[in-house]
Amino acid sequence: MSDHLHDHDHGDGTQHRCDDAIAQLQAFLDGELDAEMVAEIEAHLQDCSPCLEAYDFEAELRKVITAKLSEDVPGDLRARITSVLDRLEAEGGSGAVV
Amino acid sequence: MADQADFAEQATPYLDQLYAAAVRMTRNPADAEDLVQETFVRAYRGFGSFQDGTNLRAWLYRILTNTFINSYRAAQRRPEQSELDDVEELYLYRRIGGLEAASLGRSAEDEMMDLFTDTQVKDAVDALPEQFRLAVLLADVDGFSYKEIAEILDVPIGTVMSRLHRGRKALQKSLYRFALDQGIVRTDPSRSTQGGARDAPGG
Repeated sequence: MSDHLHDHDHGDGTQHRCDDAIAQLQAFLDGELDAEMVAEIEAHLQDCSPCLEAYDFEAELRKVITAKLSEDVPGDLRARITSVLDRLEAEGGSGAVV
Repeated sequence: MADQADFAEQATPYLDQLYAAAVRMTRNPADAEDLVQETFVRAYRGFGSFQDGTNLRAWLYRILTNTFINSYRAAQRRPEQSELDDVEELYLYRRIGGLEAASLGRSAEDEMMDLFTDTQVKDAVDALPEQFRLAVLLADVDGFSYKEIAEILDVPIGTVMSRLHRGRKALQKSLYRFALDQGIVRTDPSRSTQGGARDAPGG
């Protein structure tokens, strides 16, 4: 089986660009690539729908994971923390807090 | 040097996100409240060492994370292994990608929102060994950069990248198990069509 991740071959020697693009996918989505690399990948994605599809899938998966991990914050926590900080302030910042 | 008198004003805007992060770390709302309180007390006391104008959010997360690791993790049964099985790139995409094509007008995002429950995604994240889990949470939920995560976890950037890379792939493999359980998968691409996707490589 080909190592190529979506088993498409442009037949013109550009397959390594697909491999590069997939290798850089996470860093791309993390916003950690320099502008030159971003431009290279974006140009490749315009020409390569299998890579684009994989990129879209990964981006959407991330959105789903983030959404599923959201948490509601209890309303009284802010009051509790404010009260703790007020007490610390009154104690001069070094006192013990129970 | 930061002035302690300014602490409440500067730090409390981050309370909600710190609490949400604490719930994800502890998986327990009561523990999370205690963890956040302890974090704020420590941060208040240490605020003199915080450099004004630097990254307060990352500084607070660093205290939160250290407090969690030191005070809570020991009390929880968590996987301690430092390595993960090697998982191929695009693990999930190769198995459930194109799902949306079956139902017109729906995106992969819509499909996956329905496919996985909140609990399944949380369980999949929690199944990760701790060092991978924290890196994935800090990146994918809290949106920190590699450099910030390196500072929060006090490890080199290369280590952050490696943990994220491997942690995310392992997460995809766990999610695929849930998809299999629900019977909503297409054939495993690495095998012949007969037998379906049950025999995923490495599984």
